[in-house]
Amino acid sequence: MSITLKALKKSPWVFHVNTGACNNCDIEILDCLTPRFDIERFGIVLVGSIRHADVLLISGPVTKNTLPRLIRLYEQAPKPIKVIVVGACGCSCGIFRDGYNIVGPVDKYLPVDAYVPGCPPKPEAIIAGVVKVLNTLG
Amino acid sequence: MVKKVPIGPYHPILEEPEFFELHVEGERVVGIDITIGWSHRGIELLSEHKTWDQVPFLVERICGICSCSHPYAYVKAVEDLLGIEVPLRAQYLRAITAELERLHSHLLWTGLAGHFMGYNTVFMWTWKFREPVLDVLEAVTGNRNHYAMLKVGGVRRDIPQEEIPNVIKMLDELEKNNAMLTNAILDDPVIHARTKGVGVLPWDKCREYGALGPTARAGGYDIDARRDHPIDAYDKLDFNVILCENGDVFDKVVVRQLENFESIKIIRQALKAIEDTETGDIGVEVKEVPAGEGIGIYEAPRGEVLHYVRSDGGNMPIRHKVRAPSFNNILTNEYSVLGSTVADAGLITAAVDPCYSCTERMGFVDTRTGERKVLTEEELIKLSVEKTERIRKEISQGKRLRKS
Repeated sequence: MSITLKALKKSPWVFHVNTGACNNCDIEILDCLTPRFDIERFGIVLVGSIRHADVLLISGPVTKNTLPRLIRLYEQAPKPIKVIVVGACGCSCGIFRDGYNIVGPVDKYLPVDAYVPGCPPKPEAIIAGVVKVLNTLG
Repeated sequence: MVKKVPIGPYHPILEEPEFFELHVEGERVVGIDITIGWSHRGIELLSEHKTWDQVPFLVERICGICSCSHPYAYVKAVEDLLGIEVPLRAQYLRAITAELERLHSHLLWTGLAGHFMGYNTVFMWTWKFREPVLDVLEAVTGNRNHYAMLKVGGVRRDIPQEEIPNVIKMLDELEKNNAMLTNAILDDPVIHARTKGVGVLPWDKCREYGALGPTARAGGYDIDARRDHPIDAYDKLDFNVILCENGDVFDKVVVRQLENFESIKIIRQALKAIEDTETGDIGVEVKEVPAGEGIGIYEAPRGEVLHYVRSDGGNMPIRHKVRAPSFNNILTNEYSVLGSTVADAGLITAAVDPCYSCTERMGFVDTRTGERKVLTEEELIKLSVEKTERIRKEISQGKRLRKS
């Protein structure tokens, strides 16, 4: 394992994008940071810029407005980047599948490493998703 | 020269997307452009292709934080169309779920406001106090968010008898914690300095912009749909409408904190009242929805939410209109942000408790040089945190008078 991957495994920095979700996945992701779950003790930190991130956490069905920005974000991300989709909407568009402004689930546009289904997934599930991705790193 | 700084369109603290473009003269804000519509999902049209019973699951996904208020307004609209009365137990259960939601929403916002000011202690504390509310919601409704509790004609689940003491215990603890938090906020000189007289939205402007909910009540505009248009059990419940006078960010914090006590009061009354009703009597069966139209109004944590439905006698609504409070409240930023500094702008635009998200950024146009620059929320929070630090230092050095 290269030293960068080893370092990544110890402290994956997460950047979170909402591509049109209803907020619930977002507040559950935020919940992971607050005292009950406190994932910061494992080195997982939400960062404000994609250029610092190792993991891209996406919630929500992709809307027409957010699609170009999502793709631009992925292009700007330092590689290798792991993409995790949180919530039923990001995995499959969920209840919004037939919406006229919805252009599809995230995996239609980006390679996805892990799906965390649920509406919204509980914080435990989100943490489990991140851990599973880290385990694939070796 | 037009200069843009493209940085990730997101900060972890914010939810639904919005775009503000601040026009600044040096540090002073002289104008603001607001662009919304980033997370438009076409819910009204989707709703017209779902049956009457499926729509509550759709409308609760309009906003994750108001996932009881939207279905509440919707089921009241359909019940208005049908002209039916739901059983008393269901009415109280609806009130309990809705008020629990208000508690968690207000605590969430107070935490975010603390974070904006650079007070992460407030953020961590409020979110810690919020967790038991979510636990109770999970025990009562089956899910932490998206409760799927309401249906046309009643509620979907009865509250388990053995769960009621737990709810009361949680309320007792929360009341203590909320009192501690409120006193801490009211006593803190730094919070006073950062929020008093900042982002003022006076009574007449509240009226002009049609501000709703805590945003309006902080400015003394007496509006609360729970009292003005009592639905279900709300006319049997005793609660006060909290009003402040100044309409600044401080008052918006105070209104929300004090409303938590009223919500706790309402839940206690409702829990007492359901003891007199029969277990399991939680809904009437609705077989057909006749042609007609109905309106449902409910006071969501952010203000009045209105749903309108029209039926042609079929199994789906032929028109469903949703009016959410954040739309009115976001537009009030146009007034309240004027004249403030850039460091305060993030706090002011967040004070109406809008739902932001990924594309949240602020654009700058310096009107003196014509220079254009895009600031991320991260930089804004940094500015805000720096200001708090400065004030804290000045207070400790005695440069500023401690406000009582």
